[in-house]
Amino acid sequence: MSYLVDILVSASFWAAVIRIASPLVLATMGELICERAGVLNLGIEGIMVIGAFTGWLAVYQGLPLWGGVGVAMAAGMLFGLLHATLTVPFGLSQHVVGLGVTLLATSTSSFAYRLALPEVTSPPKIVPFQPLDLPVLSDLPFLGEVLFTQTAFTWFAFAIAVLVSVILFRTPLGLAIRAAGENPSAVEAQGLSVSGLRMGAVIVGSGLMAMGGAFLTLSAFSSFFFEMVNGRGWICVALVVFGAWMPGKAVLGAILFAAFDALQIRLQQTPIGADLPYQVFLMAPYVLSILALILMSRRAEVPAALMTPYSKGER
Amino acid sequence: MRLEPIPNPTLARRIGLPAAALTATTLMAALLALVAGANPFAVLGQIVTGAVGSRFALLETLNRATPLIFTGLAVAVAFKAKLWNIGAEAQLYAGAIVAVLLGTGALGSPLVLPVSALAAMVAGALVLLGPVLLKTRLGVDEVVTTLLLNFIMLLFVSYLLEGPMKDPMGMGWPKSPALIKDARLPRIVEGLRLHWGFALALIAAVAVHVIERRTTFGFEMRAVGSNIGAARFMGVPVNRVLIQTALLSGGLAALAGWSEVAGLKGHLSQDLSPGFGYTGIIVAMLALLNPLAVVGTAIFVAGVFVGSDAMSRAAGVPTYIADMLLASALLFMVLAIFLVRMRVVRG
Repeated sequence: MSYLVDILVSASFWAAVIRIASPLVLATMGELICERAGVLNLGIEGIMVIGAFTGWLAVYQGLPLWGGVGVAMAAGMLFGLLHATLTVPFGLSQHVVGLGVTLLATSTSSFAYRLALPEVTSPPKIVPFQPLDLPVLSDLPFLGEVLFTQTAFTWFAFAIAVLVSVILFRTPLGLAIRAAGENPSAVEAQGLSVSGLRMGAVIVGSGLMAMGGAFLTLSAFSSFFFEMVNGRGWICVALVVFGAWMPGKAVLGAILFAAFDALQIRLQQTPIGADLPYQVFLMAPYVLSILALILMSRRAEVPAALMTPYSKGER
Repeated sequence: MRLEPIPNPTLARRIGLPAAALTATTLMAALLALVAGANPFAVLGQIVTGAVGSRFALLETLNRATPLIFTGLAVAVAFKAKLWNIGAEAQLYAGAIVAVLLGTGALGSPLVLPVSALAAMVAGALVLLGPVLLKTRLGVDEVVTTLLLNFIMLLFVSYLLEGPMKDPMGMGWPKSPALIKDARLPRIVEGLRLHWGFALALIAAVAVHVIERRTTFGFEMRAVGSNIGAARFMGVPVNRVLIQTALLSGGLAALAGWSEVAGLKGHLSQDLSPGFGYTGIIVAMLALLNPLAVVGTAIFVAGVFVGSDAMSRAAGVPTYIADMLLASALLFMVLAIFLVRMRVVRG
């Protein structure tokens, strides 16, 4: 087991954990906002794909990296608007609409990619976000590598998580959003619009999901390829449950999850990796997500009005 | 803006709105063709001719529709009981694995076909049994577990095809050995490239229709789906009904994979299903979860795919136009169906 210890004490391992967690943190925050307001957003997987694609395409066409992030966010919000329109005022099935949005966003990305680049055989690369080089901090032993040589996008992702937590739990707006997911008629009694709050939450949440997708192309892989999101969206839905709809716990869940993911990649290169088929390691993230859901079953406080459409005047 | 129910929607409304959804999808196709720099009329024409314009095209469409009827039925059955089985893809591969396990010499004629079909259904049912037990026993949401199982199953298939189930004569390609002749589904009419899987799919649709309409289980399933609280109050054993529904749904999805291997491909490879499990959701929703209508919508969806492939070769518009159109059709249709019974009023 000595190699396991070697892995766990290495700075490069923990640096990878933070890196792998970043897109999950963004998308999980996006899903958490939607669900706190009472809307399950199963468009997440496709919205991450459209974010990964549009962010990459914008930068490939010459926009600066943060411009790409902005484009991804806008594209995500557009699909969020579609989701919100169908599920909030019309109150259509959040399951069906969410899956429909995922299928539409994914196929739109594939269609547009083929249209933009009909000829290419290998996906073209962009110059991605570079590791930060901070005076003193980046040169610190261990922590320097783990925290201070991440990209600015990673820092941005974790800052967003803090911001989401503050807004949800320290501001009247956050209270209203949470109330829309717990007790919508009380929100209406306060003279606030449940529809407005829910639509806003879904649109903003979808923007965050898309930025999570953009992290993959702009900070991790530097090119876009089909199936790069590979179920990460669904994993984020599981992380929201695992985090009991609390931003802090969800971020810890994302880090824990990323740690297992980083571990499985490294274990493949050890004697265990030689003994087991590599598919077993690749299965780990999905199996872990299911285990996390089982672990949290019956413990978590589900937003009371999650998946319940609301129409004015109904009690 | 407010919504108001319409007690007795007129026939015009019930036909007009779904027709409008299809028209909107057609307009979307024209728009996408324009975006791609092609002539919209030519593109639409080529999709239609490519799907049904010749005997070859039509048979190709029906072949493509076969797995979609099975996955569409699987989804329709599950969704009717509000059991969100998004894992038809995993169940499909379970059926395909069984077709190879039993079809490569373990059993001979005449046993192999019926036994392997039944075993495939059992395998698919077992794949869905896990998530449904987690739902009924522990309250774990089945949407995410069934979705995640799809990824686990694909990796399992990849392991099988590179390990124990690898074809030693496959030139290193990850595919299974070919099925023996007895384990292959014959063609319905000699000389026509359409296998018995299609006929079985039609039989399955009728069987599901009969189960839903003529049995107590079917009644209970619909009761659970329309109002779970009321069903429980009326003494319907909700959990048992959900588990039975899952077994039926998983079994149907598995037949999709089984018939693709036994009827069409003759072996298992990792690209056996281009997302038939997910497309089954579109098929089922377009059919309004009606098992007989699933046959029609599966042929329609298959036609869009086959026609788009042909159109793409001729007009150069990416084949992904088919996926975009079908996803849009799904969203247009759920909205249209909703608006049949509800109207938007000001205030």
